[in-house]
Amino acid sequence: FYLTPPQVNSILKANEYSFKVPEFDGKNVSSVLGFDSNQLPANAPIEDRRSAATCLQTRGMLLGVFDGHAGCACAQAVSERLFYYIAVSLLPHETLLEIENAVESGRALLPILQWHKHPNDYFSKEASKLYFNSLRTYWQELIDLNSGETTDVKEALINAFKRLDNDISLEAQVGDPNSFLNYLVLRVAFSGATACVAHVDGVDLHIANTGDSRAMLGVQEEDGSWSALNLSYDHNAQNVHEVERVKMEHPKSEEKNVVKQDRLLGLLMPFRAFGDVKFKWSIELQKRVIESGPDQLNENEYTKFIPPNYHTPPYLTAEPEVIYHKLRPQDKFLVLATDGLWETMHRQDVARIVGEYLTGVHHQQPIAVGGYKVTLGQMHGLLTERRAKISSVFEDQNAATHLIRHAVGNNEFGTVDHERLSKMLSLPEELARMYRDDMTIIVVQFNSHVIGACQNEE
Amino acid sequence: AARMFLRLLSDVRWRAANPKWRRMTCSRRSTSSTPEPHPVSLPAQAQVVICGGGIMGTSVAYHLSKMGWKDIVLLEQGRLAAGTTRFCAGIVSTARPVSIELKMADYSNKLYQQLEQETGVNTGYTKTGSISLAQTQDRLISLKRIASSLNVMGIPCEIITPKQVAQLHPLINIHDLVGAMYVPGDALVSSANVSLALATAASRNGVQIHERTSVSHVAVQNGRVTTVETDRGQINCEYFVNCAGQWAYELGHSGKEPVNIPLHACEHFYLLTHPLKEPLASNVPTIVDPDGRIYIRNWQGGILSGGFEKNPKPLFTEGRNQLEIHNLQEDWDHFEPLLSSLLRRMPDLEALQIMQLVNCPESFTPDMRCIMGESPTVRGYFVLAGMNSAGISYGGGAGKYLAEWMVNGYPSENVWPLDLKRFGTLQSSRTFLRHRVMEVMPLMCDLKVPRWDFQTGRQLRTSPLYDRLDAQGARWMEKHGFERVKYFVPPGKDLLDLEQSKTFYKPDWFDIVGSEVKCCKEAVCVIDMSSFTKFEISSTGDQALESLQYLFSNDLDVPVGHVVHTGMLNEKGGYENDCSIARLSKRSFFMISPTDQQVHCWAWLKNRLPDNSNVTMEDVTWKYTALNLIGPRAVDVLSELSYAPITPEHFPSLFCKEMSVGYANGIRVMSITHTGEPGFVLYIPIEYALHVYNEVMNMGQKYGIRNAGYYALRSLRIEKFFAFWGQDLDAFTTPMECGREFQVKLEKGMEFVGQEALLEQKQNGVYKRFTMFILEDHDTDTDLWPWWGEPIFRNGRYVGKTTSSAYSYTLERHVCLGFVQHFDEKTGEELVVTTDFVNQGDYEIDIAGQRFQAKAKLYPFSSLFAQRRRKDEEELSGYQRE
Repeated sequence: FYLTPPQVNSILKANEYSFKVPEFDGKNVSSVLGFDSNQLPANAPIEDRRSAATCLQTRGMLLGVFDGHAGCACAQAVSERLFYYIAVSLLPHETLLEIENAVESGRALLPILQWHKHPNDYFSKEASKLYFNSLRTYWQELIDLNSGETTDVKEALINAFKRLDNDISLEAQVGDPNSFLNYLVLRVAFSGATACVAHVDGVDLHIANTGDSRAMLGVQEEDGSWSALNLSYDHNAQNVHEVERVKMEHPKSEEKNVVKQDRLLGLLMPFRAFGDVKFKWSIELQKRVIESGPDQLNENEYTKFIPPNYHTPPYLTAEPEVIYHKLRPQDKFLVLATDGLWETMHRQDVARIVGEYLTGVHHQQPIAVGGYKVTLGQMHGLLTERRAKISSVFEDQNAATHLIRHAVGNNEFGTVDHERLSKMLSLPEELARMYRDDMTIIVVQFNSHVIGACQNEE
Repeated sequence: AARMFLRLLSDVRWRAANPKWRRMTCSRRSTSSTPEPHPVSLPAQAQVVICGGGIMGTSVAYHLSKMGWKDIVLLEQGRLAAGTTRFCAGIVSTARPVSIELKMADYSNKLYQQLEQETGVNTGYTKTGSISLAQTQDRLISLKRIASSLNVMGIPCEIITPKQVAQLHPLINIHDLVGAMYVPGDALVSSANVSLALATAASRNGVQIHERTSVSHVAVQNGRVTTVETDRGQINCEYFVNCAGQWAYELGHSGKEPVNIPLHACEHFYLLTHPLKEPLASNVPTIVDPDGRIYIRNWQGGILSGGFEKNPKPLFTEGRNQLEIHNLQEDWDHFEPLLSSLLRRMPDLEALQIMQLVNCPESFTPDMRCIMGESPTVRGYFVLAGMNSAGISYGGGAGKYLAEWMVNGYPSENVWPLDLKRFGTLQSSRTFLRHRVMEVMPLMCDLKVPRWDFQTGRQLRTSPLYDRLDAQGARWMEKHGFERVKYFVPPGKDLLDLEQSKTFYKPDWFDIVGSEVKCCKEAVCVIDMSSFTKFEISSTGDQALESLQYLFSNDLDVPVGHVVHTGMLNEKGGYENDCSIARLSKRSFFMISPTDQQVHCWAWLKNRLPDNSNVTMEDVTWKYTALNLIGPRAVDVLSELSYAPITPEHFPSLFCKEMSVGYANGIRVMSITHTGEPGFVLYIPIEYALHVYNEVMNMGQKYGIRNAGYYALRSLRIEKFFAFWGQDLDAFTTPMECGREFQVKLEKGMEFVGQEALLEQKQNGVYKRFTMFILEDHDTDTDLWPWWGEPIFRNGRYVGKTTSSAYSYTLERHVCLGFVQHFDEKTGEELVVTTDFVNQGDYEIDIAGQRFQAKAKLYPFSSLFAQRRRKDEEELSGYQRE
C-alpha cells in the first residue's frame, strides 16, 4: 500500500489554514504579517485544538494551541472559551460597563474577538449559553472589583487561565438540568488540556503556557542563519523547577509518590493542565459528583478510578507561566506547537526549516565564484541541487504544513523522504498513535519593518 | 578577476588620441568617486551637445563631424564607453528581421571593419561569421525568411544542415537540430574599443569630449532646446542629443518640458570562462541558439555565453549612477536555465573553468525596436537609445541615420519603425514599461510568427463598446495602446490557445474571417474603428484652408460636406501621413489619420502651421467612437435609422453629413468605408456610442448584420489594392509611385509641400511602382503564407519587396502588395519604372526561400467584383489605414 504524492498532499493539507493581517487594521500597523496553522491527527478523533483571534476592543492578537488528553472535551472547551476570558481580563473598566449595560438592556454587544478559524474548528452551540453566563459572571466580578489600575497583560493572562479552570470545575460541580449539557460539563472537567497561548501587541509578546506545548521564536542571525529562542518552559518531569515546585506543594511524606516514572502521581505527563479534576478535587467531591452524575460517567472506569497516593489535592493547576519578550527586527517568526512536533524535531531544525521556507529562495545565500576554481559542470550540478530544494519548498503554501511534512517525513539526512512520509500517513488508526502524536502547529510571521520602526521610535 | 576583465575589454592606446581631447584623470583604473580636477572647462556655446559617451553618442559625434558639423560637445557622466557599451558582448550580427535594422547592422559591420585603419585604435574586429541554430521546423522557416532578405541585400548567407554546422564549430552538439543559418560576414569586436575609436576620429574632426560631466537637465524655450545644464556649468546649444542609454528615460523627464523616451533596463547576464585546454580558434563562428535562448562566442580561447531568459529582472535606474549599476550582483540561480542550455549545446564545456558571470543591464523598448529621432514636443531635442541588446550591431548605422536626420532634415532611409514619434505619453508609464519589457526581453528569442501581439500593457485605450464586443466573442489586438478587434469567434467555436496558434501556415481563424468578409460583400457588417486619430482644424478666417492647402497635396477647397482623400507630403513628395479630410464648414475641417499618427501628425502640423495664427487644432480622437458599416445593405440600415434619404443621389460617395441616428443627434456620417466596399463610417460622440451601436444592431438584424474585425477589413482592402500608411506607404513613397496621381492637384492654384518633387516625377517618371501580385501556384492549405518583406523577382532578378499581403476570399488567392524597382542589369543603377516594365515580366515571390509565381497588376480587378457599387474612382483607389 502506497500513497501517491498528491494523496499525501491532500492528507497534509486537509486542515491547513492561513491568515494574512491587513496591513493597516484601522488602529495600527500590525507587527504580525499573518500566520499559518495546521493539524495532523494521530488519535481518532484528534484531541488537539487551536485558536486564533484578533482582539477588537483592545489591541493585539491571540493565538493558541491546546493538547487534550483523556478525550478532547476539555481542549475543545478551552479553545472556545479561553480567549474570551483573556480579552475580558484585558478590557478597561468602561468597556466592561458598556458591555454589561448592553447585555442588561438587550442591546447588541460590542464584538470582543474576531476569530480566524478553519472550517473544521467548531464551537459548541449547545453550551454557548452556559459558557456565556459564566463569562458574564466573571466580568461582573471584574466590574465590582474595579481596581482603577490599567490592566497588566501578564496578570490578565494568569487570571484568565485560572478563572476559566475554576469555571470548568464549578460547572461540573453544579451540573445542568439539561442532561446533554450535564454530561458535557462533566466530560470537560474530567478530561484535560494543556494550553500555550501567545498575545502579540506591537513589539510586546507574551506567552502564557500551561503544560508541555511549546512556543519558540525563530531568530535570523546577522549571517542569515537561523536560531531558536524558547519562550516557554515545558511543565513536565524533564523540567527540574517544575518537579521541585510540585514536590514543594505537598508534604515531605509524599515526595516519592508525587512524581513517579516521570509522571504526576505516576499517571499524568503534563504537570499543569486545565480540567483533570481527578487531580484537583478531593476524593469526596469526586465520588459525590460521579455518583450523582449520569450513567455513562459511572460506567467509565477511568473517571471512577482515584489516583494512588492521593492525599493532599490539588496536585494540578492551570496557572500559566508567562514569559514576556520584546520583539526585535531579527525575530522573524513564532512557532506554537503541541508536543507532537517537539517529540520528533529539535527546535534548531524547526527554526531552520521554517526560516528557509519563509524567506524562500530570496534569502538563499547567493553563490559567488570569487577566486575559486569552479567548472561549468560543477556549477551546473550545484544550481540544479539548489533548484530542487526550492521546488520542494514551494510545494507547500503553508509554513505549518511544510513543518509537518518534515516532522513526519524526514529521513536521517534531514530531507523529506516521500516513502517514509507515505508510510507514516497510511498507518491504520490503531497503529498511528504508536508512531506519532497529534500535531498542531501555528507559525506566526512578524513584520520586521514595523518592529524596527517601533524600536526606533523609542 | 573583475579587475582583469575590465582591462581586457577596454585596453586602448590613448596616446593616439588628439591632444585637444584631454583625459580628465591620470589613473584609468581608479574607481574612487571623488571628483578630480577638470583641466578643460566647458565651452559656453556649441551647436550640438551630445549626452552619453557610449557607442551611440560616439557614433553620432563621429558621423556628424564627418558630415561637416564641427561645433560639437560630447558629455559623459563617467568615462567613455563605460556604460552598457563596455560590458556588451561585442557581437555584430546582421541577421535582423526588420529591414531597416538589417541595413543599420550591415552598415555598422562595414564601418567597424575599416575603423582600425582609419583611427589607429585597435577595435578587435574579427570576422568570425555566425550560425543561428534551428531546433524546430518553424524556427528554420523564420531563419529562411531572414536568409531570403539578407541575400537580396547582397549579404552572403546560407541555410545549412546540422552536419555542416558540426564542420564549422568543433564543440557543438547537433543531435537536436533541424538546420541552421550561416552568415559568414558577421564579426566580433571589442565594443568599448569601437566606441573609443569613433571618439578618437570625432575628436580629430573637432568634437570636444568631456568626461565626468553629467547633464542635469535641458532647458527649453518656445518649444526649442536652448541650454544644457551640467554639474560643471551650462552650455547654450541648438541641438541636444540624448544618447544616455538606460538613463535616457530619466534624463528625458528631468526638464520642465518632459521628453518621453519609453525604455526600461533589464539585468542581462553572460558568462566568461578561462581558455579551453585547446583554446578555441579566434575565427570560430559565433553560435546563436534562439530555441535554447543563448548565444556563444569565442572569448580569449574560452567562451562568452549569455542569453535572454523567460523571467527577466527589470532594473530601476532612478537615482543610480554608473558605478552602482556596474556593481550589480551576479545571480547564478537566475542564470541556471541558460547554463543548462549552454551545456546541452556544448557538453564538452563541463570541465571548463568559470571566470565570471557578468551582469550587464540592457535597455528594452515597448516594441523591441530602437528609438531615434526628434522629440515631437521639443525641437532640436534628438534621441538615440533603447537598443534592445543590439547596440553594437546597430551603433554605426543608427549614428549615421541620426546624423543625417539632424543635418539633412531626414535620414536617407525610411526610419519610421524606429521613430520616437511612434510613441506618445501613453507608453511612458513606468509600470507599463516594466511589464512590457518583461515580455519583450524573452521575445528576443521567441519565434516571431505573423500577426503576433504583445500580451502585456493591454486594455489601456478602449472603445466604449469594448465590453459589448468582448462579450460577443471579440479577439483583440493592439495599436498605439488601443484595443481593436481582430475577428469575432462565433459562439460554440473555440480557437487554439495563443502558443499553439503560432504558425507560418494557414491560421485557425481562416474560416471565421472568411464568413465576416462574405457578410461585408453580401449584407452588412459593423467594425469598431474608434482608434483612428482625429483632429479638428479651424480658424476665424481663411487661414485654416490656406494652411491646409499648403500642407496637403489634394485640393481642399471643396464644397462644405465633401470628403477628400489626401496625402500629407514632405518636400520630396513622400507620404508623412495619409488621411481623409472632411470640410465641416467654410472654416473648419475634420481630419482622420491612422491610429499611430497621433503624435507624428500632430508634431508635423504644429511645426508647420504659421506661428501666432488664429488656426486652432484640437485632437478629438477620444471624443468620437467610429463605427464602420460595410456592405450593400449598409444604406438600408442607415436610412431606416435616420429617416433621411441616403440614396446615392442624396448621399453620394465621399460625403459627410451630420444626422440623427435613433435618439442620438449630431452623428457625423461619412460615405467612406476604407475598403472599396459601399457603406458609411459613423463618428459618434462617445456618450451615444452604446445607444447607436444597439440601434444599428437591432435594425440591422433583418439585413443580416454582424460584427466584424480588422482581419476582414484587411483582406478587403488588400484585394482592392488599397495601400496602407505605415506599411505600404512611407516618407519615401510618393503618390506618383502608388498610382494616386489623381489625389494630387498640381494645378490647384497654390504651392504645396512636395509639389516640386511631384512635378519632377511627373515629367521624368518614377523609380518604383506600387504593384499588386496574385499568387498563382500557391496552395493556401499547405504552403507557407506570405506576410510582408518577401523579395519579389522579375524574370529571375530581384526587383523589390512586398509590403503587405492577405488572402482574398473573393479571388480565392493570396494577394501581395509591394514595390517594383528597375535595376540596371550591369551597373545595378536604379532606372525609371514604366507601366510596360511592370506589365511585361514574369514574377515570383520568395516566401522563406520558396518561390511562387505571381501575376502583377497595377490596377485592381474592378470587373471581378460584380457587386452593386456606387462607382467612384476615387473611393475605389482611395486609401486605407489600419
